Amino acid sequence: MKPARFDYTRPADLAAATAALADAGAKPIAGGQSLGPMLNLRLARPSLLVDVVRLPDLRGVEEGPGGVLFGAAITHAEFEDGAVPDPTPGFLARIAHGIAYRAVRNRGTIGGSLAHADPAADWPTTLAALGAVVHLAGPEGRRELPVEAFILGAFETALGPGEIITGVFVPRCAAGARFGYRKSCRKLGEFAEAMCAVLSDPACGVHRLVVGATEARQLVVTEAAALIADPAGVEDLLRRAGLAGDPATFRLRRAVIGDAIAALARETTPESLTS
Amino acid sequence: MVGPHMDEHRLDEQKLDPRPAKGRGVGASIPRKEDARLLEGRGRFIGDMRFPGQLEAAFVRSTLAHARIRGIHIPAHLKGRAFTHEDMAGVKDILAKTGLPGFRVSAQPSLASTKVRFVGEPVAMVLAETRAQAEDLAEEITVDYEELPANVDMLRTVKPDAARIHEDWPDNVFLVSQVDSQFDGRLAGAPIKVTREVRTSRQCMAPLEGKGCIAVHERHTEQLHLWTSTQMPHIVRSGLAECLGLEERRIRVVAPDVGGGFGWKGLLQPEEVCCAWAALKLDRPIKWLEDRREHLIAAANCREHHYIMTAYAEADGTLLGFEALAHVDAGAYSVYPFSACLEGAQVVSNLPGPYNLPAYRCRAYSACTNKPPIVPYRGVARTGVCTAMELMIDAVARAAGREPYEVRLANLVRPDEMPFTSITGKAFDMGDYPESLRRAHAMIDHAGVRARQARGEPDGRRIGIGYATYCEQGAHGTSVYHGWGIPMVPGFEQCGARLTPDGTLELRVGNQSHGQSMETTLAQIACEVLGIDPDLVNVVHGDTAMTPYSTGTWGSRSAVMAGGAVASACETLGGRIRRIGAHLLQAPVDAVRIEGARVVGPAGSVSFKEVAHTFYRAPQNLPRDADPAGLDLVAGYRPTVDTGTFSYASHACVVAVEPDTGEVEILDYVIVEDGGVLLNPMVVDGQIYGGTAQGIGTALYEEMAYDEHGQPLASTFADYLLPGANEMPDVRIAHMETPSPNTRFGQKGIGEGGAIAPPAAIGNAINDALADLGVELTVSPMTPRRVREAVTAARARAGVRPAGGVS
Repeated sequence: MKPARFDYTRPADLAAATAALADAGAKPIAGGQSLGPMLNLRLARPSLLVDVVRLPDLRGVEEGPGGVLFGAAITHAEFEDGAVPDPTPGFLARIAHGIAYRAVRNRGTIGGSLAHADPAADWPTTLAALGAVVHLAGPEGRRELPVEAFILGAFETALGPGEIITGVFVPRCAAGARFGYRKSCRKLGEFAEAMCAVLSDPACGVHRLVVGATEARQLVVTEAAALIADPAGVEDLLRRAGLAGDPATFRLRRAVIGDAIAALARETTPESLTS
Repeated sequence: MVGPHMDEHRLDEQKLDPRPAKGRGVGASIPRKEDARLLEGRGRFIGDMRFPGQLEAAFVRSTLAHARIRGIHIPAHLKGRAFTHEDMAGVKDILAKTGLPGFRVSAQPSLASTKVRFVGEPVAMVLAETRAQAEDLAEEITVDYEELPANVDMLRTVKPDAARIHEDWPDNVFLVSQVDSQFDGRLAGAPIKVTREVRTSRQCMAPLEGKGCIAVHERHTEQLHLWTSTQMPHIVRSGLAECLGLEERRIRVVAPDVGGGFGWKGLLQPEEVCCAWAALKLDRPIKWLEDRREHLIAAANCREHHYIMTAYAEADGTLLGFEALAHVDAGAYSVYPFSACLEGAQVVSNLPGPYNLPAYRCRAYSACTNKPPIVPYRGVARTGVCTAMELMIDAVARAAGREPYEVRLANLVRPDEMPFTSITGKAFDMGDYPESLRRAHAMIDHAGVRARQARGEPDGRRIGIGYATYCEQGAHGTSVYHGWGIPMVPGFEQCGARLTPDGTLELRVGNQSHGQSMETTLAQIACEVLGIDPDLVNVVHGDTAMTPYSTGTWGSRSAVMAGGAVASACETLGGRIRRIGAHLLQAPVDAVRIEGARVVGPAGSVSFKEVAHTFYRAPQNLPRDADPAGLDLVAGYRPTVDTGTFSYASHACVVAVEPDTGEVEILDYVIVEDGGVLLNPMVVDGQIYGGTAQGIGTALYEEMAYDEHGQPLASTFADYLLPGANEMPDVRIAHMETPSPNTRFGQKGIGEGGAIAPPAAIGNAINDALADLGVELTVSPMTPRRVREAVTAARARAGVRPAGGVS
């Protein structure tokens, strides 16, 4: 279980990273929490690893009135520990705390999680629910995509050749915003078998619901107010989205979405978030 | 041996003077002597070792479950670096025969010759300076296979039309084991007749440290040294000698620190044979370290059973008879030394468990399949049979309309029947099985749980309570094993004991401690006999050059066997110490006694140090007729009755089940255990905690699934789930201590017990939680998906349309 041969470079700035990534066999690495095992299993065989985890452009945090732009290389642990500002009432720290294990959180990054696009990972589902926007840079220049437009399917993203995620913009929630989150994992720290994130921010007029841990693209409901008011609609939603699956899977998804919605009502402080 | 930690071993006058060893012998929970080394990272495992000129091995492993090898293509530049079966001409296949009638022999080549029989079977060995380079080179080797139908299902492989795994066999059955005792037509009229099908899944043992070895050709002694992560160095030596055609005197096998075994290190590995052969062939040290992927793919080798059972009982649940058809998925080959049939034979003999069955009939197929060869895992067949039997007891209780706890009590062997010979001839030594259950019932607060169940949970989950009782035969010897005719029959156990010139003690035992704390507990036995502080005792183990022969550490045997041998050796040594001490005290030998590492006479005493100094360094002070045999000896032990000790326990647990998601949480878990006299209760608790964690893995998490082509479906721990710290409940343990009448201190083997009962207790608790839905799960692990599927199926059966019309 040793990786095949590869070269390694740690460019000094974003321009150098983009130039290095022009190589067809090049792949960016940040925390390496998914790519590392894939290298060892020889499932990923890049000829060149471009280490972007210390790029100043990817480590910055810009706080503005509308939200916070987090550098892509901010780690889960930095969110968990409150080392970066949070434009939500504590949602980001809570979600980060529930990602895998602390050892993974110490190295894993928010940008890496989005780029890997595991449907059962916490950030893609959470960030889509929060209406976050992915910032990209590549040979064609810079662009921005909402998370739900960035993630095209299981392990599939809109990243073009040589393009990397530079940051994620998370919009600011109003003070009374609530966030319901529920994932069903076979054990603590494992990838979820079913997951759902719901944002209810009436002051901003935002009600979003995201179903993750699907076999394909995440299910994003951008106008979820009716669903939150009457969760009976969940069954239709799953059927229409082709997520009904077999009866046992359907039962699980329905329960998890119901729990996430129910968590909104229970939530009075960030501490009561279910995870 | 120079380092910062030597300070604590400085020859300190004060330390060597009589120390109060009182309270540090048998029964004392003294801290583990090995912990300082292991917890500070000073242990030495195979992975820590490197020899000059060493090459590392990577194995090309079969990608198919069943195929004929048409050709192996090795690029020319790999000549001398890559080896196949053809290169190893003269090396014998690994053979583990049994003497059981009808047993079919499988020859396991260390590298596949004409066929591959499971995914992960070694086909070629590649050597390079590093493992990474060896893996690069291994990728250049291609194997041309003619794929054959894979036998994946143990129920189908035994059919006459299944493709033969071993061509010269008439079918794919290693052995059919059976017992038929007192079973007759009268049972047909039993008021209760309950039939169930139970299945347990294939698992990996997943020790913290994987397998690994380094073979070194020691030219100066004309020896092959095999450093290997094993539980049984002496057995590996015998097996290796047979395969390589070497005399045993030319092989030394050493197990350095070993990070857990659980059975996976209780066999001769093909990789060990390959590395040993290559070390001699190339005259260079050859190292192989099993990685996690290799372990998951090539060593998913235990626990896979299938049962169809019928219990016959009175209306109140009193058992009248029991009938079972069992299959054990034994994999592709018979492993050395335990064979492919230990498990199947144990199914037949252990299924009745701790119960008094008036009539019993069982047939068990040891089925040959295209999967890794079965290896006895902690608990061996007992985890499967306990799961099967205990689920049946609950099913009988439901049929009788009684608490499962009461039906258990009614059927367990009673203390007034002890010693008791079970219907399969197991000689239960001593104990009060019902009392362990009564205490577990009290500790778990049965009535309180039932009341809580009736109230319901605010979060909508369902609460269930489950029990399981088992007994565990340990340290069984010649009378049990000789009939099997496997390559290894345990008999006598010896210990070498040497009083060093400064009066400290060295013990040398042939078994191996890989987590059992024997460096501590065996030293405690020396303390018990000689009064010497355990800190002044070194226990040397796991080295064929240093220690007497032993079959090794397996079968919950070391506390009884090595413990007995240490006591014998210390008693014999004590006799010799007394004679010298008596001379120094100028007292008759029968007037002196040993106490606190001193020889104490009517008027004064001398320390072991003075005795040792006199014998080794001042022999002029001894009389002319002093015994020249000295203070260095080997003494042996065999229990008065060698059919084994029977420790036992009752487990009880409370679970909360979410019927919609299938999530299970263990809310409470209690164990009431009787291991006889405990050498070190803290160590016993540790063994029970660890075993219970593994049992929880069997119950809820661990499963190696295969597709229809025999491809294993997990190759990382993201797919093969082990319980972690968060999944472990706060297990509460209580001890009963009924001494075994047959062992030196009354101790019983307990090493495997923790891993036996959890799937049964947890399974029964889940079924109890879901009983009113009509749900009864009978397949382990009881994963969330299996729970949901069972709930869905039960609702469909009940014709209930849940909200939203999903059934």
